[in-house]
Amino acid sequence: MSVKVDHLSVAYRTRSGDVCPVDDVSFPVADGEIMGLAGESGSGKSTLGTSLIYLDARMKHLGGLVELDGGKLPIADSRAMRPHRMTDVSLIPQYAMSALNPTRKIRRLISDLLRSHGVREREVMTELRRRIALVGLDEGVLDRYPFELSGGMRQRVTLLISTLLNPSLLIADEVTSALDVSTQRAVGELLIEFRDRGFVKSMIAITHDLSILAQVADSIVIMYAGRLAEKASTRVVIDAPLHPYTQLLLASLPEVGVLYDQSALVGIPGRPPSLADPPEGCRFRARCPFAFDRCTTTPPFEEVAPGHYVACWKAVPA
Amino acid sequence: MTSVLSIDRVSKLYSSSLGGGPVPALRQVSFGISAGEVVTLIGESGSGKTTLGRIVLRLASATSGRVTFDGQDISAFSGPRLREYYRHVQGVFQDPFSSYNPIYRADRVFELVRSSYFGNLPPPQWQDKIEAALHAVALNPGDVLGRYPHQLSGGQQQRLLIARALLLNIRLLVADEIISMLDASTRVDILNLLVGLKRSGLAILFITHDLSLGHYVSDRTVILRRGAIVEMGDTVEVFGNPRHPYTRDLLAAVPELHKKWRRPADKAETGHGDLPARDDVLASGEGTPAGNAADGRPAAPSVPPRRARWSARTPLPVRALVPPPLISVGPGHLVAEDLA
Repeated sequence: MSVKVDHLSVAYRTRSGDVCPVDDVSFPVADGEIMGLAGESGSGKSTLGTSLIYLDARMKHLGGLVELDGGKLPIADSRAMRPHRMTDVSLIPQYAMSALNPTRKIRRLISDLLRSHGVREREVMTELRRRIALVGLDEGVLDRYPFELSGGMRQRVTLLISTLLNPSLLIADEVTSALDVSTQRAVGELLIEFRDRGFVKSMIAITHDLSILAQVADSIVIMYAGRLAEKASTRVVIDAPLHPYTQLLLASLPEVGVLYDQSALVGIPGRPPSLADPPEGCRFRARCPFAFDRCTTTPPFEEVAPGHYVACWKAVPA
Repeated sequence: MTSVLSIDRVSKLYSSSLGGGPVPALRQVSFGISAGEVVTLIGESGSGKTTLGRIVLRLASATSGRVTFDGQDISAFSGPRLREYYRHVQGVFQDPFSSYNPIYRADRVFELVRSSYFGNLPPPQWQDKIEAALHAVALNPGDVLGRYPHQLSGGQQQRLLIARALLLNIRLLVADEIISMLDASTRVDILNLLVGLKRSGLAILFITHDLSLGHYVSDRTVILRRGAIVEMGDTVEVFGNPRHPYTRDLLAAVPELHKKWRRPADKAETGHGDLPARDDVLASGEGTPAGNAADGRPAAPSVPPRRARWSARTPLPVRALVPPPLISVGPGHLVAEDLA
């Protein structure tokens, strides 16, 4: 098992107390698996992804373990995490491609990063060149400034940089979001290719866009208000979801070919609960059409079929 | 039906600070929008779609061509006439967060409308008007009035901006990527809201890069590439029977839930399935001495290097300022003649 997240809870410290966007979350990611992590804004998906590599000053590890390749990942200890970053776990943060230092050429960005991890540039240069060609770029990008590159080119550069040291786990946060459809597709296909070529062992692809995950992910985890709602293979989540939230989320997605006067799509009424003061029990129950009295106690995240986990009383055999 | 707004051979040249001559953002674009009609403008980044929206809103001026509203050239408007124009034409943009000043309460956007247009209206009537507008966008006044922007969700902020536009007696709404930043579960509500407004007679120019969203709301679709129309017509026709290869390429790249992208292996056979990153591949070749856009991806070695096309950044040759003519391929369905 490449990655194992076990009862992980992470909180943000705020003036009005702890807010817990990652609440008792457990899941495995197998070697070679691309796991999609989907949820709405504020569901905790980015916090979950980020917490596996870097807890900033506002964040607090409340409990739980993260294992990577059989060893414990010291996520609560930023210093101890340092040698693991980029070599074991790597993150492409949200908006990374817009955050490349505009005053440094790409070559300089890469060498700074390598130096800070004690890797000599010479050792990886051949491999870097090979990968630049692989992602469809020209070696000339190394001597460009980030603002000279298009969005798709910059996103490829961030993908190259973050996987240069062949991490076991890559966390890719909204890497396809700000791109045009054709570029989006190209980057999505690169994620698969990087996995296939073993540049990364496994991957967590975080996005709000389920249709992208339907293309690139092997399995999908749906997160809602800090907790996991459902996890299963991509096919099962898309075609036979059991959690009402997953079902409603899928029903609200327009697809090419759907026109407003043929079938009116519906959104999900209401809003996710505030994480500062989450309700007892199932957090989706206020918006759920199937809610009943049992939902006031928290449903366990249980395996209802091999590999299919759901946190819903309606889905758990009584 | 006569158009509320008509766009007639509009071109826009931006001067480039990096040298290399003027960059055309729009090339002789013409189409109209009627009352109660949603026209979706679809294009990738750099296609000029936002520029066109800005010209309609008088936030930018056309280099040549005319935009007329009720038959009057909007570029001639100034002072009170322009203010009157904005009473009928309003825009809502992609990023609701940056449309608000974070240090003021969110409903200040209403106050600004009041001071410009409704200075004489007594407060109770103004209050009614606000409540009616909020009701139209399905917001509960108690939930949003008096709040600061950060206390509202993205969907609420975006609705508030639409409500602001509705306070005026608008007849045309320019909606530029207004749902791209919203969550899936709230997106659809905004789309359905637009459908409702359209049914009450509002003309909407819906600008997006997202084909499925564009398809859902629109009556007619205009596809822009590099500032020129490549295909336009009835939405069902354009999506169901796309005639221009570029339109087909776009459709092929849309991620769908129930259909996988064709894998590289299938692409080689079919000729033009392999479209990812055309612009990027070219852009990467643009500064190198060879200047040749070779495809370095080993996944599809059988695909020959693509013919040089314009990247989003290279200046177009002067002759390209005149786009290929549109030919009719069906009732109201026009396609650029280049077909390549």
